This record gives sequence, structure tokens and C-alpha cells, in this order.
Amino acid sequence: MNNEIIKKEKLEEIARQTRIKVVQMIGKSGFGHIGGSMSIVELLTVLYFCEMNIDPKNFQWEDRDRFVLSKGHSCLSLYAILTQKGYFSEEILSTLDTVDSILQCHPDMKICPGIDMSTGALGQGISAAVGIALGAKLKGKNFRTYSIVGDGESAEGQVWEAAMCASKFKLDNLVAIIDYNKLTLSGKTCEVMPLEPFCDKWDSFGWHVIQIEDGHSFTQIIDALNEAKNVKKKPTAIIAHTIKGRGISFYENQVKSHAVTMTVEQVERALQELHYPQNEIEVTLTQMKEGN
Amino acid sequence: MLDKIAPRVALGNTLTKLAKKDSNILVLDADLASSIKIEGFKKALPKQFLEMGIAEQNMIGVAAGLSTLGFIPFVSSFAVFASRRVCDQVVTSVAYPNLNVKIIGAYVGLFVGMNGATHQSLEDVAIMRSIPNMVVVEPVDELETEEVVKFAVNYNGPMYLRIGRDVMFSIVSSDYKFQLGKSVTIKDGSDITIISCGAIFDEVLSAALLLEKEGISARIINMSSIKPIDEDAIIKAAKETCKIVTVENHNIIGGLGSAVAEVLSEKYPVKLKRIGIGDIFGKSGTNKEMKKKFKLDASGILEQIRDFLKNNFN
Repeated sequence: MNNEIIKKEKLEEIARQTRIKVVQMIGKSGFGHIGGSMSIVELLTVLYFCEMNIDPKNFQWEDRDRFVLSKGHSCLSLYAILTQKGYFSEEILSTLDTVDSILQCHPDMKICPGIDMSTGALGQGISAAVGIALGAKLKGKNFRTYSIVGDGESAEGQVWEAAMCASKFKLDNLVAIIDYNKLTLSGKTCEVMPLEPFCDKWDSFGWHVIQIEDGHSFTQIIDALNEAKNVKKKPTAIIAHTIKGRGISFYENQVKSHAVTMTVEQVERALQELHYPQNEIEVTLTQMKEGN
Repeated sequence: MLDKIAPRVALGNTLTKLAKKDSNILVLDADLASSIKIEGFKKALPKQFLEMGIAEQNMIGVAAGLSTLGFIPFVSSFAVFASRRVCDQVVTSVAYPNLNVKIIGAYVGLFVGMNGATHQSLEDVAIMRSIPNMVVVEPVDELETEEVVKFAVNYNGPMYLRIGRDVMFSIVSSDYKFQLGKSVTIKDGSDITIISCGAIFDEVLSAALLLEKEGISARIINMSSIKPIDEDAIIKAAKETCKIVTVENHNIIGGLGSAVAEVLSEKYPVKLKRIGIGDIFGKSGTNKEMKKKFKLDASGILEQIRDFLKNNFN
């Protein structure tokens, strides 16, 4: 029990640091997809710090678990997680979106350590994840493949082609986590393109479906991933109910939080809400002003 | 002399032979194995044959994922679906990360059985040629197809193979070895150069013989490597024959003719005539009917070359 509490506190700290780094990155670069990055922070934290069998020092290890961020635009929180795992140094975060940076606006597997697939055009990452999981079966490898798919992204027909395909090949080594934050770039998913009955859709495509009411609860995420490990002969879809912009009051559940530019005042307020020390905030703000 | 088998059949046979020795070679099919004549592979190597159904976009992405594990996936479909239907998937999931995926576009240009305009790939070369990291090759006959497939297996990177449906005359010599970025001069000549490739090539040769009878000596180049293209051979031909004609089974916008025009206009400008499909859609019909309608049979090509010479050099 005690261990679990410590673990939970540690995970909470990683998630908090991740959100701080995302805000700092946007403060420095001037632009970023904050909403969808914030809604997947806990999912990424559990994947990278509890679930996946990976070795940052040997990031091309052939037996590692794989991760594909199908909603590639939400990579800010992934970059922040990768630096905390030691894939690259924290200073590199400040180079985001500059032409020679390994941190492009959408993940580039050719230049960024820890990225297993280049993504950015929605609907495509999940197919690559299916290919990786299928390849693992063909090669008799035991590693698992995880992919986070957006809810808005699920309007892409290719997502359902991939869903059929994963089911056909009985890919029980594949877990798709759907970031169900209910918002897209332009509005509510229920208005832009209704997804419901969403769980039934995945179920009818032959997937084992686990719905988690709170996609920011470490316990619920861990339990769902554990359940997925016991599923045989079918892939698992975890429908995670999340909050877009989670962690920053003025971005939470806001359509406008999809992609933002942040003023110095907004960065300060966001970092204060994330309990970042005021003296450190001042350093961030100074760098931001110098950058501009 | 007529080949024994069509390029599409040579493709399946060669892949089967190579995949028996290398379990990393996979074929991904979108319900067209019987048309593309790749069923032999399926029968011989069922574990290396992945039926992906009529879902080409996913097929490209799955191939991309497989390639990251060291597999050499050959995705196979009609050229229309293997290019324009999956254009963004090819760009983002294959070419941008420079993954080792081979895309087979079979049933090329006008020659798609009787399937008509919806199945005629008149844009595929233009699409593929403009994608960074992508290599575009269109073999001309049975032997060159075998050579190109062997090359594809050993080449690490994205590649588009434009594979003809019908039996051709043997064009390349028996000791031929395919080299990326190199063309082959099939017949030398001093008055004009005709550059072509693929399923239209036998008509080009027939047209050249007719030109010969009229006292015009034509050099014939097989430019199977469309990207990268053999710039040296194009410049040499421009210097030595001063007149260039391209003949392609494709829209004259963006294909082989455009690729040759780009080289000539930058490096050694001479008069060029692009013969092909003139920015219009095709029709249903036999190859013979199609060639006649679009002036791509020997007499049609001859007529267009005569006009080119008359209008520019008399």
C-alpha cells in the first residue's frame, strides 16, 4: 500500500513536470498544440514509467515495446516525457519547432530518439502500429505495441480500416488508447462528427474494449493496461475519457485550446497553477522575453 | 521476339524466387492478387503473403510499420490506387521517414484491360516523382522486370515500380543488369532521339523502323529509371541529335516527358516533343483501340514525329 502511494506521488510529479515543460516549450517557441498534449499526460506517464519495456540508452533495441502517437500533433507532452526518461537532454526542449531541431512540430522518427513512427497526418499512425504489431507476430517477438489515437482523428476512415485489419490478424499484442477529450480543432466531436456509440464501434470491429471514466487517473489507466495483457486473440481499445487542456484552468475543456500562442502573462499564470516556483517562473519569463 | 510472359507475371515469379530465400520479403495485397498475377507467391509462401483487403490506405501504413522491423514489404495494387488513392499515406508514412517500402503500381497508363478511365493511371508518375526520397522505375519487358525486382529487394528506401500488364517484345539484351539512374540505348541514331519506357516501347521501336525507311536515323533510349533520371544520356543525345522526342503511357504533364524537359531546359536546351496522353481522360477499350485513339500506335507516333520535324526544322 505504502509503495503504491509513493508510486502514485512519483507519477503525479512526472505528470506535473511534463505539463510545466509543455508550457515552457510553447512559451519559447510561441505556438503549440496544448489541448491534446495536456489530455494525454497521464496516459503517457503510465506508458513510459510503468508499462513499457524500453531502454532509453538503447532506443533502437529490437525487442523494446513500441509506441506510436497517431495524433502526432500532441507530441509536446511526449517530448517532455522522453526527456524525463533520458532519451535526450532537457535543453533540447527549448529548440522545439526550429528548423534544425530534432523536435519538429510533428514527431520525426529519423531524427528524434524514442520516436518509433513519424506521424502528423491523422489516421495513419494507427495503421503503422498495426504493421508493427503484425510484424512482431510474424517474427515471433513478444514485445507489445501501443498507440494513442485522437477522438477527432477517429473520423478518418483509415482508423477503421486499421481496426478491421488488427482484428483480422488477432493482434492481442496491440493496444490503442483513444484520447476521448470530446473536442476537435473546430468544435465538439458530437457536433463536428459524432462518434457515439463509440465503444460499440470498437467492439463491433472485433476489439476488446475497456472504458475508463477518468483518463487522468493513474489507477484506472494501470488497471486497463493490465486487463489488456490478459486479452487473447484480439486487440484492445482503451477508451479514455479525458479533458482537453487538463491542468491549466483557462484551457481546460476549451475548443480554443487546440493550438495556442501564449502571452507572457498566460505562461506565468499557467506555471503558477502548476505550482512551479516563482523564482523559476521568472527565469522562464525572462527567456521568453529574450526569445521574442 | 515476343517475351514469354508479361511484366506483371515476371514480377510475381521473381518475387517468389527471392522470397523463398529471404523471409523478410512480404507481399501485401489489396484483393487484386489474381489480376496482378501474384497468386503464385501466395500459394508458394502463404506466411509471407498478407491479404489486406480493399483498404489501400491502411495497407500502406501497415507496410510502413512492418518495414521498421526489417521486413521488405511489397504493396501491390493497380497503379491508380497505389498512387493517387494513397498519396498522403505514401508521403507521410513512407517517404518522409524514408522507409523501405516497395510500391507496385500494376496495370499502368491506358493499358488496364477493358477497365476504362477510372482505372487508367495517367498521373501516377507525376505524383510519385514529386515525392522526396521516392524512386520511380518502369521496366520495359520480362527480363528488365526481373532485374528491377532484384534491385528493389536490395535497395533500401521507398520505391515505386510501374509494372505493365501485357506481354512485350524482348527489348533489353540477355546480359542486361538494371542500374538506378542509368538508361540503355536500344538503338543508336544520329538525326533524332526518342526517349521512352514501359508498355509503349514496342510501338516506339516500330515507329523508329518506319522513320528509318524515310531516311531519318533515330536513337532509341529506354529510360526505365524515371527518377533518378539519366541526365548524362539526355544531354549527350541533345548534343548529338539536336532533337528529342519523348513517348510515354501517361499524361504528358508530370511524367517522363516533363522529367526530360526539366533536364534539357536547365542543362542543354533543344527542341523537344512530348508524345503521350494530352491532359485528357482515357476510355474503355482494347489496347489496340486505345493506342489508335490517342495516337500512340506506331503510325500515330510516326505522324506526331513527322509534324514535329516539319514544324520546327524545315
